[in-house]
Amino acid sequence: MKLKFIEEKLMKGVMLLTTLLVFLFVGSILYTIVRNGWAAMSWEMISSLPGGGFYIGKEGGLLNAIVGSLYIVGASTVLGLAVSIPVVFYLNVYLKKNSKRAAWARLAYDVLFGIPSIVYGAFAFTIMISLGLKTSLGGGIIVITLLIIPIFIRTMDEIARELPQDMLNASYSLGSTRFETIKVVIRQIAPGIATATLLSIGRAIGDAAAVLFTAGYTDSIPTSLGQPAATLPLAVFFQLSSPIPEVQERAYAAALMLTVIVLVLSLLGRIITNRFSKNKI
Amino acid sequence: MNIPFLSKKLKWTAAEWNETELKKGFFRPNQKFCTEESSRSNIRVEHLNVSIQGNRILKDVSTEIPDRKITCIIGPSGCGKSTLLKSLNRLQEHTEGVEVTGKVLVDEEDLYAPGVEITHIRRKIGLLSQRPCPLPMSIYDNVAYGCRIHGLRNRKKLNLVVRHYLQAVGLWEEVKDRLHSPAGRMSIGQQQRLCLARGLAVEPQFILADEATSALDPISSRTIEDLFLKLKEEYAIVLVTHTLRQALRIADYVIFMYMGEIIEAGPAEQIFKNPQQELTQKYLQGVFS
Repeated sequence: MKLKFIEEKLMKGVMLLTTLLVFLFVGSILYTIVRNGWAAMSWEMISSLPGGGFYIGKEGGLLNAIVGSLYIVGASTVLGLAVSIPVVFYLNVYLKKNSKRAAWARLAYDVLFGIPSIVYGAFAFTIMISLGLKTSLGGGIIVITLLIIPIFIRTMDEIARELPQDMLNASYSLGSTRFETIKVVIRQIAPGIATATLLSIGRAIGDAAAVLFTAGYTDSIPTSLGQPAATLPLAVFFQLSSPIPEVQERAYAAALMLTVIVLVLSLLGRIITNRFSKNKI
Repeated sequence: MNIPFLSKKLKWTAAEWNETELKKGFFRPNQKFCTEESSRSNIRVEHLNVSIQGNRILKDVSTEIPDRKITCIIGPSGCGKSTLLKSLNRLQEHTEGVEVTGKVLVDEEDLYAPGVEITHIRRKIGLLSQRPCPLPMSIYDNVAYGCRIHGLRNRKKLNLVVRHYLQAVGLWEEVKDRLHSPAGRMSIGQQQRLCLARGLAVEPQFILADEATSALDPISSRTIEDLFLKLKEEYAIVLVTHTLRQALRIADYVIFMYMGEIIEAGPAEQIFKNPQQELTQKYLQGVFS
């Protein structure tokens, strides 16, 4: 057999193997979480507040962390979208192609994109101390918003850059203003917005480092922005570091919930994306 | 000076909203739905210079686009045909590093004067690009889009306008049962006709076409050409074309460009039969292309 055919077969084998490896990762992670957490999973775990202190809490559930995480993720997603959509349209519709200003803006958010979340946490912590604020739901929301804005902008920008100039021109030549044009092209990049939202939610809900100093942890559900809020990643972190097996089990239950929430959101996102991309050219 | 938010909305009230006639599938190019006073208009280009990132693309171009005629701009690749076309409705301002001096007068209004409000001038100038580019919405909305942004909201009237212009481009029979399906699913020839209908729906006076048939199959491009011949009763059509045969078939007036300059311009008859300039003769003989 010729060398190049051997090469072909070999490479195909390698690619197949690595693809299978990905499935193996997904499967083993899910298996570990479910095996360790399933025993502790119960309706009580989802629907009630912790009974004791959180380090040795043997009773009650994790409702505080579930609600806290959803509060933070929901609010920061809305805030993040509100900030990043205008940025993306400014870069891609209002600024000219290849403009210097756009290049600088892209550099700036690329830098932000690369900053680790613990640094965001530390940065926000410093500011909160200087302002005399305590750990709170509001602080958590703001730091998570800062964290996901670069993800939002970058993901949407990648897609908005592929907007055909012909499409913009077609809209302009009918006599529409730039803003009216945006209302048209937003349909074209709607799938991009959905993808960006999913990525951001995934990152926001799973991040422990940024909320550690800013949102804190508590056993109750926050009733105002000024109160501390619990989050699922921190529920995993604190309970897993306990020496008591029952508490560790609860940590896996929290991890399971986190995974399920992200999975459900991704599936929902897929469905919504498909609906949005109906009109995509 | 124009104040953008005071710029006139079109009046869609008058004209004959003649439903019965429309239902017969009858199309008259002079059927208009909006009652803007249209004194016959013209485009005049005066000493236009365009440079893109320091390269002079157009050099002191002056010409006039005759009304109710098909004007073909011909010339070898890179001679500035497309740039000239884009300059006519200021679309190249969306590219970095473009400098323009000179005047483009549309109805005696200079596009490049400071403070001029471009959107209402662009409305008068329809554009048909090389590759059809429907907007990401349904077939119906594509045609209705322009009317909507110019103030036509009445559903019944919109239906009429959409139907009228889809009939105008011969698309009505093909799509009347799927008006609300995405425009992207049509064939490429249909898409181009849809783009033409969309442009016509805002009732422009000019149609700029940038090699509008080069991406299409022969039958579709023939359909577009026939449409142009029909439309020139009411519209001034400017067509940039690479195929001399197309220019021969449909041009009334020809502008020959070379290296950013207009070498020769005149009635098609004269240019094709009796070119005055040596360059034109050579180009027409196919010495270079």
